[in-house]
Amino acid sequence: MNAQADTTSLVGIVVQTITELPRIFTGQASNTTVVVVASGLFGIAAGLVGVFALLRKRSLTADAIGHATLPGVAGAFIVGTMLGLPVREGPWLLVGAALAGAIGAWLIQLIAHRTRLNEDAAIGIVLSVFFGVGVVLLGVVQNMDSGTQGGLSTFIFGHTASMLAADAKSMAIIALFVLFVTLALRKQLTLVCFNDTYARATGWPVQLVDLLLLGLIILVSVAGLRAVGLLLVVAMIAIPAAAARFWSDHLGRIIAISAVIGGVAGSLGAAVSALAPGRPAGAVIVLTAGTLFALSMLCAPRRGLIAGAIVRVRSRLTILSDHTIETLWERSEEGTSPDMGPVRELPGGLRGKVVFLLLRLRGYVQSLGSAYALTPAGMAEGARLSRNHRLWSAYLTTHADIAPSHVDWSVDQVEHVLSDELVRTLERIVQLEDERA
Amino acid sequence: MTDAMHHFLVGDLVALLSCTLAVVTCGILGSYLVLKRESLLGDAISHAVLPGLVVAFMIANSRAPVPMFIGAGVAAGLTVLLTMLVRRFGGVEPGAAMGVVFSVMFALGVYLIESDAIRDIDLDASCVLYGQVEYLVWWDAPKDWTAYLKLSTYTDTGIPSALPALAAVFVVAIAFVVMFFKELRITTFDPQMARAAGIPSWLVQGTLVLLVSLAVVASFQAIGSILVIAMLICPAATARMLTDRLGVQVALSGLVAGLCAIAGYFAGAKLPTALGAEHALNIAGMITVVAGVVFAAVCFASPSHGLIARALRQRRLAERIAIEDLLGLVYRSGEAGEAFVPVGPMRAAGMPIGRAQKLGLVRQEAEKLMLTDQGRTRAEGLIRRHRLWEGYLVERAGLRPDHVHATAELLEHVDQAEAIPRQSGAVDPHGKAIPPATEDGPKAG
Repeated sequence: MNAQADTTSLVGIVVQTITELPRIFTGQASNTTVVVVASGLFGIAAGLVGVFALLRKRSLTADAIGHATLPGVAGAFIVGTMLGLPVREGPWLLVGAALAGAIGAWLIQLIAHRTRLNEDAAIGIVLSVFFGVGVVLLGVVQNMDSGTQGGLSTFIFGHTASMLAADAKSMAIIALFVLFVTLALRKQLTLVCFNDTYARATGWPVQLVDLLLLGLIILVSVAGLRAVGLLLVVAMIAIPAAAARFWSDHLGRIIAISAVIGGVAGSLGAAVSALAPGRPAGAVIVLTAGTLFALSMLCAPRRGLIAGAIVRVRSRLTILSDHTIETLWERSEEGTSPDMGPVRELPGGLRGKVVFLLLRLRGYVQSLGSAYALTPAGMAEGARLSRNHRLWSAYLTTHADIAPSHVDWSVDQVEHVLSDELVRTLERIVQLEDERA
Repeated sequence: MTDAMHHFLVGDLVALLSCTLAVVTCGILGSYLVLKRESLLGDAISHAVLPGLVVAFMIANSRAPVPMFIGAGVAAGLTVLLTMLVRRFGGVEPGAAMGVVFSVMFALGVYLIESDAIRDIDLDASCVLYGQVEYLVWWDAPKDWTAYLKLSTYTDTGIPSALPALAAVFVVAIAFVVMFFKELRITTFDPQMARAAGIPSWLVQGTLVLLVSLAVVASFQAIGSILVIAMLICPAATARMLTDRLGVQVALSGLVAGLCAIAGYFAGAKLPTALGAEHALNIAGMITVVAGVVFAAVCFASPSHGLIARALRQRRLAERIAIEDLLGLVYRSGEAGEAFVPVGPMRAAGMPIGRAQKLGLVRQEAEKLMLTDQGRTRAEGLIRRHRLWEGYLVERAGLRPDHVHATAELLEHVDQAEAIPRQSGAVDPHGKAIPPATEDGPKAG
């Protein structure tokens, strides 16, 4: 019924994908649906592995592994053609890619641990030299008589439009395998990522788990070759995980969110590039993921930029209005008239207007023609603030060496933070000060 | 001028010079990135300048160098800024923050390149990746030698614009490194100290990043972005395996880069056809491969930090320690009143008896092992150090006498005179005599 669904718009493709979903298992779904679903699965797998790669600081290792697959693909093509194998079909090229990725990962470890060079240099060397070898081999492939050289360049930038159902299936199978292994070994990966010393001390094979993580990264890179291309595989490992980090501090939630972001980016990106087959699919998928990342960075509830800005503005306003009330209260306590007009210590200009507006809305301040005065509620608030202020000052001068982290000027009552006994001591100090004055 | 010579001037000279200039510039600047452990900044920038280049290209509608430089500079600055932002607010490690930013920028660049607006213009993604050295041809190179003495030959004969741009960046980079060598050194190794000394760290390092991005852009046409990464890192890493001095490091890195460029160029452009192959190999790729091979060779064979040299040093040290342990054992058994030590069990324990005999430190009579005079001198030195250390650990470090043996067993092998504790008594904490100091101190062997 939905075979005639409108596939010329993004919504159309999404609708078609959803309605054809059950048919994937019977092999009746259209090519686009298979590719979209497979890309989504790849995105989920990359998002999952990416969280652990991020925690273990291996995001850029993934970049090197991605680049290192090129000589594997090209080499496998050359060797396969020489042997007369049908290199374009089947897993032959992907096996070559995985092999080269594994060698690259091994060399990174070797250079970083056995020489005086650091891991960043090791990653850069492996990434660029392997890619250089790959470029030379690609040149050789281009000059071979086979005439099918065009196929290999899709591995560099990714090309979902030309992806066959078989390719999509192998991608989906690898992704499902990675997904399963990651979830099954979640506990071990978590332990090693958060506290490898403890893991080692309690007898977990840390090196083995590390190797496993590298293996998963390699598999994800290989799975993503046809979808996002080897240059941008790193994006699908780094971006969903880093984006998920904005939303939560809880590992389970981060993993779930990262998987969702990866899956949405993968399938949506594949759907978008199905609309414009000329566009590089890898770039579209990565840009989708990048958009989701930007949204997370802006809108996440606690760590997002907007939330952060709101917190900052609010605390600035609180400080300013507290300060204003305190100043007004001190003036009225000293017996000076409250209606003395704008004074230097009070915030002026636009900021001052906002602060006074807020104070009037809260009923602390009333307007007396050209000046402001505290209402009874404002007087009470002023007394509270002033008392807090003086107790805190006394605390700082007498007990500052105890725990500087306990100092919180904005707390409603010092009693909420300090013990009753301490507050009584502080009150005595303040009284003594008053008597001396 | 022979035809072959002219052919070289037309087809190869500009390409070779461009590659060499690009690669040497990257090699020199890359040293600082590698030393600061920010090698991947080169990786990030060379990916991230792509959208800047494309946008500049769309606006200027040509490959004129100036708009390209501006576009790339803006993109590089944006990358550094965004990375800082993601790092600060995202709470992720710097590597991941960089990965997020540069991959999105690169994806944007790739997307723009393939968009309809510039589909018709000759800028495509693969050219950005691998470069197009082969297109750097000096069509109008004069055939007459005397023409090369005239300035107008160089201004009027259509030398590809990539070469002068590369030369300019090369000169600026060299001038910057030479003039601000001291500032670069202090801000690279100790930014806090630099700040305390009033050197604007951000300005010096920011200029370095800017120069790296200029070098990246200027090199795009000649060698492509991936080779730029290789050249920012490989020669610098090679030099790092050979020297500990910054000046030598920078110069050596430039030199290695230049040699790799020349060797790689000929290996790519000339060697395959000379060997009878039909087609030349990709030159940018071959330069990278040569740089990788050189790095691998130096990694193994460097006399100071190479894997082979290090393995040899470790083996020599292990052998010296084993021999000294053997001498100590024989000495102690003599002290305990045993006239000799049976050889069989020692051999079974893997002690280097044969080697010690060859060095003339012990001699074997039937199944007995005894110290020679030379061996006795060394053994006395060793036991002396061991007991001095035990005394030191008890008196100065406050350890209990039954806890000091293991530490002294390690420290006894350090035989530099300055590293041996002073003698404070005639016996060690266990009441054993400390052998007197000998005139000629023990030597490593």
